[in-house]
Formats: sequence, structure tokens, C-alpha cells
Amino acid sequence: MKTKKIDEIIALSKELRWQIGDELHDNLAEGIYADASKIVEGAVTKGNNKSKFRIDAKIDKIVTSRIWGFPIMLFILGVVLWLTIIGANYPSSMLAEILLDTFHPVLKNLGANMGLPWWLNGFLFDGVYLAVAWVIAVMLPPMAIFFPLFTLLEDFGYLPRVAFNMDTLFKKSGAHGKQALTMSMGFGCNAAGVVATRIIDSPRERLIAIITNNFSLCNGRWPTQILLATIFIGAVVPQTYSSIASLSAVIGIAVLGIFFMFFFSWALTKTVLKGEVSTFNLELPPYRPPVFWKTVYTSLIDRTLIVLWRAIVFAAPAGAVIWLISNLYIGNESIAAWTVHSLDGFGFLLGLNGVVLLAYIVAIPANEIVIPTILMLTVMVTGIPGGEGVGVMFELDSITATADILKAGGWTLLTAVNVMLFSLLHNPCSTTIYTIYKETNSVKWTVVASILPVIAGFIITFLVAQVWRIFM
Amino acid sequence: MEKNTKTACEACAHFNPEGLKKLGIKTDKIDFVIALAGNPNTGKSTVFNALTGLRQHTGNWPGKTVRRAEGAYEYNQQKYKMVDLPGTYSLLSTSEDEEVARNFILFGKPTVTVIVVDASRLERNLNLVLQILEITNKAVLCLNLMDEAERNEIKIDTRILAKDLGIPVVPTSARSQKGIPELIKTISELANNKIQCKPHKIKNIPKNIEKAVQEISTALKKEFPTITNSRWIAIRMLEGDTQIIEALKTGEIVA
Repeated sequence: MKTKKIDEIIALSKELRWQIGDELHDNLAEGIYADASKIVEGAVTKGNNKSKFRIDAKIDKIVTSRIWGFPIMLFILGVVLWLTIIGANYPSSMLAEILLDTFHPVLKNLGANMGLPWWLNGFLFDGVYLAVAWVIAVMLPPMAIFFPLFTLLEDFGYLPRVAFNMDTLFKKSGAHGKQALTMSMGFGCNAAGVVATRIIDSPRERLIAIITNNFSLCNGRWPTQILLATIFIGAVVPQTYSSIASLSAVIGIAVLGIFFMFFFSWALTKTVLKGEVSTFNLELPPYRPPVFWKTVYTSLIDRTLIVLWRAIVFAAPAGAVIWLISNLYIGNESIAAWTVHSLDGFGFLLGLNGVVLLAYIVAIPANEIVIPTILMLTVMVTGIPGGEGVGVMFELDSITATADILKAGGWTLLTAVNVMLFSLLHNPCSTTIYTIYKETNSVKWTVVASILPVIAGFIITFLVAQVWRIFM
Repeated sequence: MEKNTKTACEACAHFNPEGLKKLGIKTDKIDFVIALAGNPNTGKSTVFNALTGLRQHTGNWPGKTVRRAEGAYEYNQQKYKMVDLPGTYSLLSTSEDEEVARNFILFGKPTVTVIVVDASRLERNLNLVLQILEITNKAVLCLNLMDEAERNEIKIDTRILAKDLGIPVVPTSARSQKGIPELIKTISELANNKIQCKPHKIKNIPKNIEKAVQEISTALKKEFPTITNSRWIAIRMLEGDTQIIEALKTGEIVA
């Protein structure tokens, strides 16, 4: 009975819809706007002061200008990175001293005194503890600087201007202009960037934004870039210019990532994700002076600690795995050594080596632990003295010591350049992969998003290695 | 970090600050559900944080909140669950964030809907306000970013505005906590039926459409006497909103 009545009402609405035609939406919108303007007329009085608006317009004219827009963007990125690199050094080495040099031996002694068997002691303190401590020492300081700076820019209202500047480029690549916003989020964390793509209405453009988000160099990869650039790129120029050279190299990699993001967006729209570019309104909000301390505080709590916690959660089991594969033997060789040797040939083709490839497999859960894994595996394979023992993940205090180990492991400038490239172009971390799956609900697109960057990485490093070997 | 200088209202006996407890994410055993809606970039998340004591990420760009955030607070022994909806300009189109907001206001049946608007851009913001007032009977207008409006020498007569919209209007500057106590008090009065709303209904609609809306609306009211937003449902049916039609069939819309 009831359903019958409802069906009748539905039928009635269908009939009436025919009578009204498609003007309903427009008429309704017009009605609403007419009401709104009448209400405002009665309740709002405006002063003659337009100066604030003028200041905003003036700033916008400069930061979104055709000539200055992009240089200003690069300049701001440069300043943020420079502050991060320079500022993070001191707290990083301080944390390393406390957590690695002071606490680690204490814990190991404690374990021994408590009568823990050597394997459990090693597993817990050389594996799990060191991995966690290293992630804190290396990640916390740059994040505690990078995230607040980024948040301040965000609060000020700069991000929509970035989107505005890049809109034409996105349009040309067939993607959505709001992808600029999700891309910027990706520079902090790719998983966050993937979630942020919800602001894109069209499913096609949203997929493109999700798949290409990994080309934004995320927070876990900045330290790798900075370290390698400092050791290898900074060393090829005179000392006075070395920090400028390494900074430019890092910015270069980030910009290259943006280039790949555009390239793959374009390639996807030309192949599997064909379609029209949808239009959208982007409001350029007024500039607002950020509430400085509050912003710094909340970004520390919200972003820094959450990302750090995630890194720790993943670093702990990864540290355990590293320790295990270095201490479990098949015949005469540890699992780690055996894998490194069998990957060496393929690694050579890519201008990398087996150690790097294995490190990237072990570090799928968190990009942050790539460098310590590489160092540990290098020491183990080459048998050079240094570090703390078999399967102990560590970070050397001085950059020169790190450089010595890597060079003893056969690293050249080519290896460093290619590791930097591969760090940009490889699979997303497991959290991001899981997030992609949750957002797309599709195994197929998750696989595409995970595999595509690795293939790009293989191709690029292979080409660079071949060209390099011919000409250098 | 934040100076907790007491505003006149906080110090006033009627507000009863001791009765306020920020509960963060503890959203169990709640008495009322409060939805937080508004245009993008009007400071919804800042209002949300001020009420719940949470630190939902805030940022100056439109579209920052993409998923529903939930938090809670307790005021005068009653527990309020806050739901921070994605910012939208309208409830008439189909993107995912707009659907989240629209469905929650319609199907989530919040006790009170707090509509956050940018005081210096009131006219544009009213578009969404008037649409929400078609859906719900209990709403409060949170006239946010008053500090910015004052700097731009925009003056708003909140009493006239409240009268025209038929809902209470509370001016706030959520970033500096101004007006939040008044907002909490107003929400509580609405939730406990101490204030009655007479929400503004869209007037300037062409006659033929108005007639069609009336016709469906009357039929709906006859069928479901308890329904409060028959006009909005009628409008959506005329737009051919399949979700609404589906919800009518399942009875979800009146449940």
C-alpha cells in the first residue's frame, strides 16, 4: 500500500519534471541568489576601505604573474629546503649521539646482564631498537622544520596560488588543476596526498592524481637525497660552492619529479585514461597572517608526530628483518649476502648494485630506512671494518665516514646519481600503496600506481648508466 | 601558547564555563549530534577544533577537509558530537565532497546544524545557507572571520540577519576563540528547544516551479506526516536525484 503511494509520488515528480524542463536548476539558483542579495542589502554595510583588497591583489599580481610566478615558487621551495637542511643538522647529530652512541651500548649491556641469549639481545637492540632510534634521529629534526614551514605557507594562503600558476601545465597534460594541491601535499607525505585527491570531482582525473602522486618527493626521501647530494655532488665542486651544489641537486631531483608527474599524467590521458579536462572554480582566498606559534605547535603535533610514529611502527619490524637476513645462513652465506650477490648483475646494468636493490626491497614499509640499510649491507658484503657488527643497522656520525664506507662498497658519482634518481622513481611505500587501494577500491589501479614508477626508475637509471659509461 | 583571557561572556554566570568539557574523540554515549557545514575556507575546522579541543588540521585553501571528522564536547552534563563536513559551495551538484555533506545533513539527521560563513563574503556564502535552511529546521549561523570583516570595514547587523534568516546568528573569530562560548550556548539552547527557528524558505522561484514543488510537497506530507523538509525533497525529486528517490523507496528519508 505504502510503496504504491510512494511510486505515485515518484511518478508525479517525473511528470512535473517534464513540464518544467531543464530550467529548474538555473531558476532555483537565480532564486537563491536573489534572496541572498536582498538579505545582505538589509543587514550588511560596507566601508569605503578597499586597501586590504588592494594589497591582496598586488601580492597576487606578483606571485601569480607569468614572469615571476615560477621563479618565486622555486625560490620559496629553495628557502624551505635550505632551512630544513641547515637547521636539521645540529639536532640530528645531537639525537644520534644520545640515542645511538649513548643509549645503545647501555641497552646492549643491560640485555647481556639480564642474561638474554645473544640472538635475542641482537635482535632486539641491534635490530629493532637501532632502526627506531635511527629513524627518530634522522627524521624528526627535518620534519620538525619542514612541516611547520609548509603549514605556515598553507595558512598564509600560498597553496591555491601554486595551483593557479600550474593550472595551464596541468590542463596541457590533461589533468585537473587541483592536482597541484594534492601534489604539494605529496611533498610532505604521499599517503596524505592520495587522500587529498578527494577534492577532485572527476574519477578519471582523480585516478591520474593518485597514480602520479608518488612523483612528489616525500618526506621519507628528502633525507636520502640530501645526504647523497652532500657526499657526492657537493664533493665535485670547490668547497665554497658545495652546499649550493648539493642544494641545487636536491631541488633538481624534486623538479624532475614534477616533470615526471606531468609526463605520466599526459601519457595516461593519451592512453588508458582518455577524456576531457573538467573545468573548476578555484577560489584564491585572502592572505591571512598565520597565527605563528599555534600553527607551529599544531603542525608539530598533527603532522610531525603522526608521520614519525608511522615511521617507527614500520622501522621496527624492518630493523628486525634486516638483522634476521644478515644472521640467518644458508650454507656459507647469509640470506642477505646471497641476495645481494644475485642482484649485483642486474644492479650493475642500472648503475646501482645489489645492496641498493635489496635495501629498497627491505625498505618498502618506509623509505626512511633506505640509507642505514644500504650502509649496513655494504659493510657486511665488503667486509670492511666499521659499524657495529653483522646486521647492525647504523648511521655514521660524520658524513666523511659514511662516504668512506660507500666508496669502499664501490660507489661512484654514477651510483650516487642513480640512487638519487631511483629514490625518486620507485614504488610507493606500503602505507601509500594501502591508501591507494582504499581510495580506488581497485587492485588493478593499485598495481599500476605501484609498478609504474619502478619501471620508470629502471628505464631512467639504465639509460643514465649506459650514457655515463660511454662518455665518462 | 594561547592566552586564556576570559571574554565577558565566558566570565558571565549564564554561560557556565565549568559546565564545558572538551572530549576530543570520545564520541560515545552522546545526547546530540551537531553538523558543521559551510563554504570551503571559512574556518569550519578551526571552529571544530575550538569546540572539541581536537587539532584537526587547518589550512588556508579551499577543500582541505575531504572526509568527515568527528569530535565531541560536554556542556552542562549533555554530550555533543560534532561532525565537521567537507566545505561546499552548494548542495546541488555531484562531487564526492558535496555528497558527503548533503547526505549527512539529510540522512544523518543532526540535532543542530552549525553553518559557518565568512563574514566578509556573506552574500556568496548565503547560497549554501539558504539551501541548508530548506533541509533542516534547527540551524545556527556562525558568522566567522569577524576580525577580518572588521578590518575590511564591513559591518553586519546580526539582529536583522537573524530575523531575515529565521535562525540565531553568532558572530565569531574562531582563530582567537572569540564568540565560541556564545556559540556553544546557542547550540545548547537549540538542542534543548529553548529557541525556535523559523528558517527562511527560498522565495524568488518562478511560479510554475513553485507550483510543482508545492504539489509534490503536499503529496509527501500527506504520506509522511512527520516529514519536515518536504520542499527540499520535492526540489531534489524534480531534479531527478536518484539517491533521494531510492531513499524514499526504502523509507530512509523519514526514519
